[in-house]
Amino acid sequence: MKKEVRDVVLPSQLLGDTKKLKAGPGTFVENNKIYAETLGIRHIRDNTVSVSPLKGFYQPHAGDIVIGVVEEVGTSMWLVDINAIYPALLHVNEVPWHVEFGDTARYLNYGDVVLAKMLPSGESDRLQITLKDRTLHKINGGMIIEVEPTKIPRVIGKKGSMIAMLKKYTNCRIFVGKNGRIWVEGDPNAILKIEKAIRLIEREAHTYGLTDRINALLREQ
Amino acid sequence: MNSTLISSIKKDYLNKLAEQKKRIDGRAFDEYRKISIETNIVRKAEGSARVKIGNTQVLAGVKMDVGEPYSDSPESGVLTTSAELIPMASPDFEAGPPREDAIELARVVDRGIRESEVIDLDKLCIEPGEKVWIVFVDIHVLDYDGNLFDASSLAALAALSTAMVPAERFEMGKDYPLPIKEPPISCTFVKFNKAIVVDPCLDEETIAEARLTVATDEEGNIRAMQKGLSGSFTLDEVKKVIKASIDNGARIRKILEDAVGRDHGKKN
Amino acid sequence: MKSDIKLIDKEGKRLDGRKRDELRPIKIEVGPLYRADGSCYIEWGGNKILAAVYGPREALPRHIQHPLRAVVNARYNMASFSVEDRKRPGPDRRSTEISKVISEALEYVILTEQFPRAMIDINIEVLDAEAGTRCAGLTAAAVALADAGIPMRDIPVACAAGKIDGQVVLDLGKEEDNFGEADLPVAIAPRTDEIILLQMDGHLTVKEFDEAIELAIKGAHVVSELQKKALLAKYAVAKEVKQ
Repeated sequence: MKKEVRDVVLPSQLLGDTKKLKAGPGTFVENNKIYAETLGIRHIRDNTVSVSPLKGFYQPHAGDIVIGVVEEVGTSMWLVDINAIYPALLHVNEVPWHVEFGDTARYLNYGDVVLAKMLPSGESDRLQITLKDRTLHKINGGMIIEVEPTKIPRVIGKKGSMIAMLKKYTNCRIFVGKNGRIWVEGDPNAILKIEKAIRLIEREAHTYGLTDRINALLREQ
Repeated sequence: MNSTLISSIKKDYLNKLAEQKKRIDGRAFDEYRKISIETNIVRKAEGSARVKIGNTQVLAGVKMDVGEPYSDSPESGVLTTSAELIPMASPDFEAGPPREDAIELARVVDRGIRESEVIDLDKLCIEPGEKVWIVFVDIHVLDYDGNLFDASSLAALAALSTAMVPAERFEMGKDYPLPIKEPPISCTFVKFNKAIVVDPCLDEETIAEARLTVATDEEGNIRAMQKGLSGSFTLDEVKKVIKASIDNGARIRKILEDAVGRDHGKKN
Repeated sequence: MKSDIKLIDKEGKRLDGRKRDELRPIKIEVGPLYRADGSCYIEWGGNKILAAVYGPREALPRHIQHPLRAVVNARYNMASFSVEDRKRPGPDRRSTEISKVISEALEYVILTEQFPRAMIDINIEVLDAEAGTRCAGLTAAAVALADAGIPMRDIPVACAAGKIDGQVVLDLGKEEDNFGEADLPVAIAPRTDEIILLQMDGHLTVKEFDEAIELAIKGAHVVSELQKKALLAKYAVAKEVKQ
């Protein structure tokens, strides 16, 4: 029996020297020494050391496709919860409909769910999203499963292998938002199975051999 | 990071499942989540218990003191129940004095104990009109994932069932177990989309139209009731809830008896 | 408060059998709560303390926002049943002061500039109290912050030293706190030994202070190893591998 765990590091753990390595995301430098900022996994690539947090909040990047929930309806904009530290602004200019001033609630109301894209943050430094794209739209039906945003890459898997496996064994439609929200549609028992699989991924994302264990879980009745 | 904001999708899904007699976590309508009860957790308290129902976690502590009785009941001990929805239990709980949710919770748990005479307050008289035992029950909600009523009342009962009267500290002889009678068990139901389910999880509580808590004793009699939220129940629905409370109550009473019997006297 | 109790005997043995530089038993559990973003449960001697973290999230109401960094709010509270004489629920002046010094200590190590206009809430709840609750509370809060994935330049840790019967000892227990001559709680950033919380009450000569703070910092380092062990233990998953 071997313990198979990826390289877990703690905040303030020494990772290396700036003379030999470059400091990537998730690290900080003090006196030419590179340290980890968060509890996470150490990666070294192209001579750069970085730490990806095991847990944490979603950090938006321009271009990310996210699943958001409308939390405030203004007269010419909406505020959308995207599971980040701050809500994102959706302006009437960024939706595919022609919305009259004050008529916003008719198109998107409190609690409505949208598939949106992160815009580059402008001068206001506010998070902004857009629905202006044929692939973006209001979402109806199905169910939303929340997962730690840091685990999303694992849910997708290498070249989409994990999510393909989830789809195959449950016959569900699945869409993964970068912000830790997964939309699923299908048989309720299948959805329960997906949720179980997601929780397992959350708990063991930092281990090897996870794919096999997920496979086993999906196969059992 | 936002919490009580429930998406329309989740709400529709819960409602759709209800039509198919299903629940979001796969439970049956009359099924509780896993219940665990641990007693004698806090050494400093005269009695304590931690109850978990699913992910909901509540810690109850019993403290006792000697004081004056109320003027209208000079030979009875005094019972006082309070509840705190501390900020760690949910991103939506704020620090500050108890607001109406905490107060309602405390009063419902209190009535469940007081009106059913779980504690025989008349046995807590030391000197009539002068000195009686005061029993403080403090409910500390640690983790909120739905159904605080049942978790809190169970924690309070378990803490009382294993509490010791601190006679030694007041130089009144040896410590002895607080005299407790058979407690009533409370069961909470919520209604949404015409479905009535027991032991609501957080999502179910968030979309609930109405809530009903019924406490029953070991003989199947009703000891306390509380309806909450701004929806309604038909009389027929209320009767069904009473029957389900009696059934579930018997099951939970067994869990409580096992926990209390097993842990009684053990001090951490 | 003077008493006839002998707190430490000629051989240097204390009431609970400890030597002068021995810590009480400590147990640390990572992530026991479901809703909180990060959490930690600690047992330190007779202390039982829960810490929970929410955040970073948008700082509300807006007037508490800082334009350049996150605001750190630690709230230390003692449950009414945690002490021998029941305490009335709600903050009192003592817990308000402790909340403040803990907030300031944690603010130093958290990389707050990464989250302008946000807030990080830390809740420290004392469920069972036995001297040294602020040190145990800060120690648990630090683990909860790491568990929540909050970026920090170090994992802070706290430990107290004191003086009993004229002798400087580590980690005061209940009677030692009540009847001793000095109490010195200290919190450090262990990587650099920077002192981020320091309080003292009682009577210490300068020489005694030097002795006490050295003991407290040594003790803090021992506790720091326990924090790290607990955090790593949570993520070490043993698995069978087909050879």
